Amino acid sequence: MFNPQLDTNGKLKHLLSIEGLPKSILSQILDTADSFAGVGEREVKKVPLLRGKTVCNIFFENSTRTRTTFEIAAKRLSADVINLNVGTSSQSKGETILDTVENLTAMHADMFVVRHAESGAAHLIARHVQPHVHVINAGDGRHAHPTQGLLDVYTIRRYKPDMHNLKVALVGDVLHSRVARSEIQALTTLGVPEVRVIAPKTLLPGFVERLGVQVYHDMREGLKDVDVVMMLRLQNERMSGALLPSAQEYFKCFGLTQEKLALAKPDAIVMHPGPMNRGVEIDSSVADGHQSVILPQVTYGIAVRMAVMSILAGNS
Amino acid sequence: MKIHIQNGRVIDPKNGIDSRTDLFIAAGRIAGLGSKPDGFTANQTIDASNLVVCPGLVDLSARLREPGSEYKATLKSELRAAAAGGVTSLACPPDTDPVLDEPGLVEMLKHRAKQLDLAHVYPLGALTRQLKGEQLTEMAELTEAGCAGFSQADTAIIDTRVLWRAMQYAATFGYTVWLRPEEPYLAKDGVAHDGEVAARLGLKGIPVAAETLAIGSVLRVARDTGARIHLSRLSTAEGVDMVREAKKQGVMVSCDVSINHLHLTEHDIGFFDSNCHLRPPLRSQRDREALCQGLSDGTIDAICSDHAPVDEDAKLVPFAEAEPGATGLELLLPLTLKWAAENRVPLTDALARITHAPAGILGIPAGEIGLHSAADICMFDPERYWQIAPATLLSQGKNTPFSGAELAGKVRYTLLNGHLVHNS
Repeated sequence: MFNPQLDTNGKLKHLLSIEGLPKSILSQILDTADSFAGVGEREVKKVPLLRGKTVCNIFFENSTRTRTTFEIAAKRLSADVINLNVGTSSQSKGETILDTVENLTAMHADMFVVRHAESGAAHLIARHVQPHVHVINAGDGRHAHPTQGLLDVYTIRRYKPDMHNLKVALVGDVLHSRVARSEIQALTTLGVPEVRVIAPKTLLPGFVERLGVQVYHDMREGLKDVDVVMMLRLQNERMSGALLPSAQEYFKCFGLTQEKLALAKPDAIVMHPGPMNRGVEIDSSVADGHQSVILPQVTYGIAVRMAVMSILAGNS
Repeated sequence: MKIHIQNGRVIDPKNGIDSRTDLFIAAGRIAGLGSKPDGFTANQTIDASNLVVCPGLVDLSARLREPGSEYKATLKSELRAAAAGGVTSLACPPDTDPVLDEPGLVEMLKHRAKQLDLAHVYPLGALTRQLKGEQLTEMAELTEAGCAGFSQADTAIIDTRVLWRAMQYAATFGYTVWLRPEEPYLAKDGVAHDGEVAARLGLKGIPVAAETLAIGSVLRVARDTGARIHLSRLSTAEGVDMVREAKKQGVMVSCDVSINHLHLTEHDIGFFDSNCHLRPPLRSQRDREALCQGLSDGTIDAICSDHAPVDEDAKLVPFAEAEPGATGLELLLPLTLKWAAENRVPLTDALARITHAPAGILGIPAGEIGLHSAADICMFDPERYWQIAPATLLSQGKNTPFSGAELAGKVRYTLLNGHLVHNS
């Protein structure tokens, strides 16, 4: 099938989802991120790779963390950065996504970082931008959040370099999670042999096993002997429908506690894409415990986003 | 106007005709078949030696967007598309703006269509007022005004007592109730088949059970009230099985499938192609095969175009926000031929599904080439391939999942009541 993310030479043109990307490109991004990992600790936290380029963060849906890390990443690459919270401006005046994008293209932006509440929004934008413009998906609906998926596998690779010998469990709301889809695709592409999902049936999409995962409904079984536990965020609004009875029951069955974590391998690491709901999906003692790598995830997120931006710019 | 159609391959599935012969048309009717009537002098002779000459096609679902959505399409643009597609009779659902729930609106639509004189339009009246599923419409009055049946379009009746009463009332007069089976709560906010592709792309799914639950209750109520029902646009394998079983048990049920569901599956969505945002959703390969099989064995009676022109902007948005629908009137014939070729169905049987079978469901005098019957004729070149593209479509709606495809079967002439309404 035609892959809208790659140019005619098979090089990365846009980053829209992990799906369809070859292992070589994922490895290239992770290796490049390695070279950027130290930049933040230097006195001059800048490299000139994107000097003279304009990166436009277009957020049709609000976000603080992701937008900030993209902004820092772009600035460390010496790009000019424009932030647009379209959710609060043009769209409410009836402007369409493509109108917004065309207007920004007219202002000579080179790269768009986009977030939108609907699955497929980034693909739509990528189909309609001018040939020199690159699009990075910063989250579209339930579909994909590829830089989050990449920073998660980057974090795993830092702690567990042998990806071919790992058991990874994702716990929680897979159904509504773009992070979960990107994590699963990144892990399976990089050759992780066993990826598990642990959730009640109401929080799993139909045919989830076709994504290449093993399904567990019992957390104690699912966590057994895993090397990595990736918790997913559970939004409060999920409690109001018929998906779950209460936060208490959810925590009891699917929340991560020290006791349940003890079933995983002793050196297992605990991850969370943030923002966390302490006491709903994860106990504070685990989130802040010695197995948690939640804060390093954030730090590595900047290096991974720098890697993606520099590779895209280099493929112009 | 007298027309002599020379040397065409005349196929009339209803009367079992498939032979190379001549047709003679006078005063809007078939005046002769094979032999020239006495004293017949043609004003016009059409050489049909490379063409199939068949009854004008009958389409069970074509949205014309009038009244109310003229920015998407107009009666004129869509009836010209019908003529170009060889469609001479079509049923249009009542979900216009305003809804077709008053005799005056139906009369006006019929009148406008008659003035244009490009195809026979058979409106389906709303089964309930405003399609709200609460109060019955004046079905007898609406029938007098020209309605060929009663439908809820894409809106389900939630209150089962209203469904029961509506079917009882329709059965009183022998009217057909047209329903697209979809349970509204399971389908709520869904935009794609609840399957592998929806899981991968993060699209909200519509499970198979949304269709089978609705079919189950509709069949049950139909059996108990004695209503004649037509199920529009089946999409699932289980749905086909349920209809097959109900027909065996003598329930008065007929059904159709759209050209899109005969040829496409959830995988055609690819990377969020909004042209594949359709209602019901494109389902799995297994479902598609069951639909093809159901059509071959007669469980599914007819093929419809599910013509629903959408303006360009309404598709240039993320998949879920895109308006469902695709243009179809001009694709009904070539996609029916494609289905026949792929499933080794004889041409006569294939044409039956878009001529006399749908005419029978509508209860209209169409879909045949009988002596003295109205001269609604479609003449097409079955070998001629053409590319589906905005420039080759007359419909104002240019959106179709088949854009770019090369399909065999091009309509050359269409006759309505003996006069040419399309000539290419």
